Amino acid sequence: MTQYGVVLFHTTSAVMRAEKLLIKEGYSIKLIPTPRQFSSDCGIALRFDWYRRQKVKLALDSAQVEINSINRL
Amino acid sequence: MIYLDNAATSWPKPPEVLKAMTDVLERAGGNPGRSGHRLSIAAARVIYDTREAIASFFGTSDPLRVIFTSNATHAINLALRGILKPGDHVVTSSIEHNAVMRPLRSLEKQGIRLSIVPCASDGSIDVRDLEKAMNSTTRLVIMTHASNVVGTLLPITEIASIAHQAGALLLVDAAQTAGAFPIDVQAAGIDLLAFTGHKELQGPPGIGGLVISDNVDVSQIEPLMRGGTGSRSESEEQPDDLPDKYESGTANLAGIAGLGVGLKWITDRGIGEIRDHLKKLSQTLINGLSALPKVKIYGTLDPERSVAIVSFTVTGKRVSEIGLRLDEEYDVLSRVGLHCAPAAHRTIGSFPEGTVRLAPGAFTTVDDAQEAIQAISKVVRS
Repeated sequence: MTQYGVVLFHTTSAVMRAEKLLIKEGYSIKLIPTPRQFSSDCGIALRFDWYRRQKVKLALDSAQVEINSINRL
Repeated sequence: MIYLDNAATSWPKPPEVLKAMTDVLERAGGNPGRSGHRLSIAAARVIYDTREAIASFFGTSDPLRVIFTSNATHAINLALRGILKPGDHVVTSSIEHNAVMRPLRSLEKQGIRLSIVPCASDGSIDVRDLEKAMNSTTRLVIMTHASNVVGTLLPITEIASIAHQAGALLLVDAAQTAGAFPIDVQAAGIDLLAFTGHKELQGPPGIGGLVISDNVDVSQIEPLMRGGTGSRSESEEQPDDLPDKYESGTANLAGIAGLGVGLKWITDRGIGEIRDHLKKLSQTLINGLSALPKVKIYGTLDPERSVAIVSFTVTGKRVSEIGLRLDEEYDVLSRVGLHCAPAAHRTIGSFPEGTVRLAPGAFTTVDDAQEAIQAISKVVRS
């Protein structure tokens, strides 16, 4: 079974930036409603394959996309 | 019908703009960012894509510094009220629209000091007069990019450099130039650019924005309104994140979608080509009016130094009568009177009667302009 991670953001605009960037770089991602166990910051979160968490973080950091946190689902 | 009132709002709109507006409500009608379901996400994507398109169109790198507002007036109020504090000095020109003058006059009563640099009767400004108006407390220079009465362009790059030398910011009212004249915020040194979507950007009414340049410290700009943003919902304080800090309340999704497609229409056609077309129309109107008796044309009479706005009066005739006859007898739609810019009409010497304003747009043809001149010629002679 696939293990997912989820990136949480402060703003919708940051989610949009992250989605565009990660799709462009070939990641398999999906935008989902923010799981309530994590945060109420922004209604949308970005789900990704957990095993790629370091690369996802690096990609977002180097594009200066502001994130709230990265969590395991 | 010949529509020559594009300086008030452009008409017709590209059909794809209207289509995008209905499509987005059918296909992506969720509240952007408030919920995580697919319609909400689809709406958020449309808004973000338009934000990016605007940033790129105006030559700025950060789409998060494109703030959506209802129109240019809203954007100007956001910038003025957000930046200026009692005791601050602000400099403007004598050809501003009331979108600038009314908020400034109101702020003046709250302790902001205002200097108005007089323009020449053709609407042009001598930048040496601007230099003289600056002092060590000048916080902001606000100027129109082009007069909404006579079309005269102000030398924004020079104005930016004078503002910066004095340590002030430059806010530009681009209501008449966005979509009609190339604008590069970084290259020109514009700190804040207020634009409206419904004029030459080909979008619908009800959408505009404020572009904040990368060098501006946004901690110095207070929001005009506070409220729900869909972000940091656990807090009862306004967030500092951009663009949410300045965008409370549900966004104008249909307006933003229409504006995005309007921008695409312009970039597909080329802003340079649109500018050339508008210059040709301007020249046609100026040549035609110059040949008529008793007609006085205002402004520089030079399409290179103005946008496509031509104002005139006729000795012995009321502007309202000319406007009504053009509409009823010849199907030519113009705008007469003071054009919400009493200061500009005082400057050009047409206050309080005002002028007849002809403003062709991207959809106007040279034949339309010539036909309008024929109609004006008949009205002038009878």
